[in-house]
Amino acid sequence: MNTATSTGQRLIDAAELAETRRVRFAARKRVNTVALALSLAAMAFGVFWLVWILWETLRLGLGGLSYTLFTESTPPPNEAGGLANAIFGSFVMVSLATFVGTPIGIMAGVYLAEYDPRGWLASVTRFVNDILLSAPSIVIGLFVYAVIVSRFKSYSAYAGIVALALIVIPVVIRTTENMLMLVPSGLREAAYALGTPKWKVITTITLRAARAGVITGVLLAVARIAGETAPLLFTALSNQFWNGDLGKPMASLPVTIFKFAMSPYENWQQLAWAGVFLITVAVLGLNILARVLTRQK
Amino acid sequence: MNPSPAPRSRLSGAVVDRLFGWAARGAALLTLALLIGILGSLIAGAWPAIEKYGLTFLVRSVWDPVQNDYGGLVMIYGTLATSFIALLIAVPVSFGIALFLTELSPSWLKRPLGTAIELLAAVPSIVYGMWGLMVFGPILATYVQQPLQKMFNGVPLLGTFVSGPPVGIGILSAGIILAIMIIPFIASVMRDVFEVTPPLLKESAYGLGSTTWEVVFKVVLPFTKTGVLGGIMLGLGRALGETMAVTFVIGNMNQLNSLSVFEAANSITSALANEFAEAGEGLHQASLIYLGLVLFFITFVVLSLSKLLLARLKKNEGAKS
Repeated sequence: MNTATSTGQRLIDAAELAETRRVRFAARKRVNTVALALSLAAMAFGVFWLVWILWETLRLGLGGLSYTLFTESTPPPNEAGGLANAIFGSFVMVSLATFVGTPIGIMAGVYLAEYDPRGWLASVTRFVNDILLSAPSIVIGLFVYAVIVSRFKSYSAYAGIVALALIVIPVVIRTTENMLMLVPSGLREAAYALGTPKWKVITTITLRAARAGVITGVLLAVARIAGETAPLLFTALSNQFWNGDLGKPMASLPVTIFKFAMSPYENWQQLAWAGVFLITVAVLGLNILARVLTRQK
Repeated sequence: MNPSPAPRSRLSGAVVDRLFGWAARGAALLTLALLIGILGSLIAGAWPAIEKYGLTFLVRSVWDPVQNDYGGLVMIYGTLATSFIALLIAVPVSFGIALFLTELSPSWLKRPLGTAIELLAAVPSIVYGMWGLMVFGPILATYVQQPLQKMFNGVPLLGTFVSGPPVGIGILSAGIILAIMIIPFIASVMRDVFEVTPPLLKESAYGLGSTTWEVVFKVVLPFTKTGVLGGIMLGLGRALGETMAVTFVIGNMNQLNSLSVFEAANSITSALANEFAEAGEGLHQASLIYLGLVLFFITFVVLSLSKLLLARLKKNEGAKS
C-alpha cells in the first residue's frame, strides 16, 4: 500500500518535471527563434542602407551626367557648366598626395616589420599609427592649416596635398606591415644566408613577395582620400575656375559637392549629385579592385 | 683578375644598407612626430582661447562672434549626443549582423554579405551627408518625426524629447546617419572577434543542448567581451570625429534651449567645417582650434581605450585556448 502511493507519487513528480522541462525548452526555443529573426533583420537593415544609398546615387547622379560635366568648369548659379576643374583638382591632389605619402608609409611599415618589430619605437609607432588611422580628418586639416596655411598666409593646393598625404601614411603603414609579416621568414633567411645585404633582401625579396598586399593598401588609401572633404576645407579651399597653379586654392570634387549641395540653386544641386555619383563609383571601384587583388593571394 | 671591385661594392653596400635602415627608422619617427606635431600645433593655435577661458570654455554655452565671446558647450553637447544616439542604434544592429555572419549565414552568403557591409564603410562621408540631407531627412520628417510628435504630444518627458520642428534636420537625423556609418566598423570587429572563439567552447555548449542564441550570448559574448568593447570604442571614435555627414544634417544652429532630438544643433566638427575658413584671426579662430583640440583629446582617449581592449583580447586568446 505504502509503496504503491510512493510509486504513484514518483510518477506524478516525473510527469511534472517533464512538463516543466518541456515548457522551459519551448521558451528557450522561442527566445532563440526571436533572437535569430532579429539578427536576420539586423543583417537586412545593414544591406538595406547600402542598397538605398547606391540606388539614390545612381538615380540622381546619372541624371546629371553629361559630356559638359568633364569639359566645363563649375558655373555660377543657374548657368550651365560642368565639374572639369573640380575633377582635375581632385585628380592632381590625390595623385600627388599618394606619391608623397606612399614611400613614407612603406618605409615606416618596413621598419615595423623588418627592423626591430618588438622594440619600443615599433610598439609606440604602431599605437600612434592606429590612433592616426581613425583620428578625425578635420583635425588633420587644422594641423596643416596651422603649419602651412597660416605661415604662408594663403590657401594652396600644396597644403591640400600635405593634408591628404598625412591621411595616406597611416593606411599604407598598416597594410605594408601586415603584408610583410605574412612573408615566410624562410624566404628572408635564405636570402641572408646567401650574403645579401638587408636593404636588398627587403626591396627585392620581402617587398616583392608582399607586392599585391602593399598595392592593395595604396589603393585603399587612394579610395580613402578621394572622398575626403574635411581636411581640404581650409587647406586647398576651393576654386570656381580652372587652376593649374599648386600655389593657389584649388577646387576638388568633395569640397565642390559640399558647396553646391548646401546651395539653393537647382543646377548646382544637380551637379553635386553628378559629383557624388562620380566619387562613389571611383571609391567603390577602387575598393573592389583592392579586394580582387588580395583574393588572388 | 682584379680584386679591388669586390671590397668597394661591399663597402658601398654597407653604406646603402645603413642609409636604408635610417630611412625606415626616420619614417617611423615621422609618424610619432606627426602626433606630437598635431597636439603641439593645436595647443599653440588655441592658446589665446585657453588663456582667456581656461577649462570653463567647456561649460560655457555662448558662441557669439559679434561680441567675440565663445564657449564650447553647445558643440560638445551636439557631438556627444549624436554619437550617443549612433551607438544606441549601431551596437545592437552590429551585434545582430555579426551573429548572422558567424553563426547563421550559409557559407556561400558569408563572403558577399561581409563585403557588402564593408563597402558601406568605404562610401565617402560626403555621400552619406548629401543623401541624408536630400533623401533621408524629408522621409524621416514625414514618416517618423511627425507621427512621433502626434503620439507623444503632452507626455511629460518624451514630449520634450520630440518637440521642435519636424524637418528631418537635427540631432536625431545626424545620430541615425552616424549609426549607419559606424555599423560596418563595429560589425566587422565583432565578427572578427567572434570568429576567434575556440570552436571547442562553442561545440561543448552545443553538445550540452544550448540553442544558438544561448551559445552566442552566454559563451561567445563573455569570451570576447573585451574585443566587442574595443570594437564599440572604435565605432565611437569614428562617430565623434565624423565631419561631413554631420555637417549636412545637423542644422548648424548654436542653441541649447531644449533637449529635443529634433532640434537643429551643432557639433564640434560641423562648427569647424562651417566657420573656420571664414573666422578672422584672433579669438574666434583660437576658440575653434580649442574645439578641435577637445575633439582630438576625446577621440584620442576613446581610440586608445579601444586599442588596449583589443590588444588584451589578443593576449588572453593564447592563454585560454
